Amino acid sequence: MDSAFIIEKSVVILVVFALTMIMAMYSTWAERKVAAFLQDRVGPNRAGWGGLLQPLADGLKLFSKEEFSPNTPNKFLFVVGPAIAMSTALMTSAVIPWGDKLHLFGRDILLQATDIDNALLYIFAVVSVGVYGIMIGGWASNNKFSLMGAVRAASQMVSYEVAMGLSMIALLMMTGTLSLREISAQQAGMNWNVFYQPVSFLIFLICAFAETNRTPFDLAECESELIGGYHTEYSSMKMGFYLFAEYANMFISSAILAVLFFGGYNYPGMQWMVENVGVNTANILGFLALFIKICGFIFFYMWVRWTIPRFRYDQLMHLGWKVLIPLAILNIMVTGICLLLFK
Amino acid sequence: MSTLLIIFYFLSAITLATAFLTIISKNPIHSAIYLVICFFSVAGHYLLFNAQFLAIVHIIVYSGAIMVLFLFTIMLMNLNKEGEPHKKIATKLAAVISFGLVCFVMLAVFIKAMPKMETYRTSGQDFQSIKVLGKVLLNEYMVPFEFASVLLLVAMMGVVLLSKKEKTIQ
Repeated sequence: MDSAFIIEKSVVILVVFALTMIMAMYSTWAERKVAAFLQDRVGPNRAGWGGLLQPLADGLKLFSKEEFSPNTPNKFLFVVGPAIAMSTALMTSAVIPWGDKLHLFGRDILLQATDIDNALLYIFAVVSVGVYGIMIGGWASNNKFSLMGAVRAASQMVSYEVAMGLSMIALLMMTGTLSLREISAQQAGMNWNVFYQPVSFLIFLICAFAETNRTPFDLAECESELIGGYHTEYSSMKMGFYLFAEYANMFISSAILAVLFFGGYNYPGMQWMVENVGVNTANILGFLALFIKICGFIFFYMWVRWTIPRFRYDQLMHLGWKVLIPLAILNIMVTGICLLLFK
Repeated sequence: MSTLLIIFYFLSAITLATAFLTIISKNPIHSAIYLVICFFSVAGHYLLFNAQFLAIVHIIVYSGAIMVLFLFTIMLMNLNKEGEPHKKIATKLAAVISFGLVCFVMLAVFIKAMPKMETYRTSGQDFQSIKVLGKVLLNEYMVPFEFASVLLLVAMMGVVLLSKKEKTIQ
């Protein structure tokens, strides 16, 4: 392992980290702006032009607020909860291909932190671990409402992970690989997976909403029943971590949706650009294409939040176990038959 | 090589310590959390063997699913009371002996698998990749693989049956 490789990877990791953080920051701003737009209001407009400095002001506020901790015998776990939530939210970005490659300093630089064979499984592993942050935090708060929120979050995530995994199997049968880079490369030239696997995409989208605890699946923190859900007892930057982790998760799951189903960094005419304009320009444009797709999904998340009311708890379980899982299994069967007939 | 050795000792220390703490700690939730950490360090051991797939699947299945359900059950049933009724010495001894026998079987499996591993190593095939793993599982070990799934199905049906029975009695 030469030092140039280590420097290259460190730079890529730092850039991805910074990008995730900045996107999570500005998602909070965008959420308020979108909410304002949908409700015919103005939204934050005091700090900076169009309220662009609002996330910084919010961050400053969260950092400088009083640190309150409840009377709990589990002080350590109370701190560990938000830490797990935040680190798992950031870990997923390691395997996402942000672009094809850049040719700089006589080296081909892959725009990806690591290209492992089992990238998709890695994402599932990290997502399934993410629920610990909520569970441990909610339990260590020593509060009934927090515990209720944590238990709800756990059962919701476990139920929807099953449907998510099954919907992925149909996609994997088609792509034949778990590497996100290869999946992206296969979708070159408008050969997007969403056209071949619309049902799989739909199930994955619904499960992504459930996994990120967004409305209509935000039962873990529904204000009207559980005060604040699992982060009722948290204050200051610890609560900020939970909120921030949610936005980071939203960004990452939008990225995964774009990579798996919407062609990743591919855009129409990419091959032509690579041949005629140059590798670097074409791939920077590819990164921008992926970025636009991600922003589209983030907007979709916010749009849904202000459109669809929250599910009732039994409706949520019903949808997960009795609708999505059978649908996903049916989708696998149909995909298998189609593969046998047409390939 | 030495860094690998250091990582190995570090992971082993974590594995053993958390495994002991799982048994020793009085609070069931602490016990479960220690077990989660133990599973993670075991996944780290798999990564040291270059068994990427096994490590990730281990995390998905054990840490991500089974332990989440465990914690969920403990939280839901509010088993926060410390201490539990102690079992008889004979029961404990029987448990230790039966687990020792399981270890014996595992050792036999690994010894039997050694020549097979050598053939992969000499042929230069990447035996950790999912493609090779899938082919071996669904060709050579097709019958045991399917039987394992039948076993899981039977276990699941048994649990459903047991829970239904209790309801009718009530």
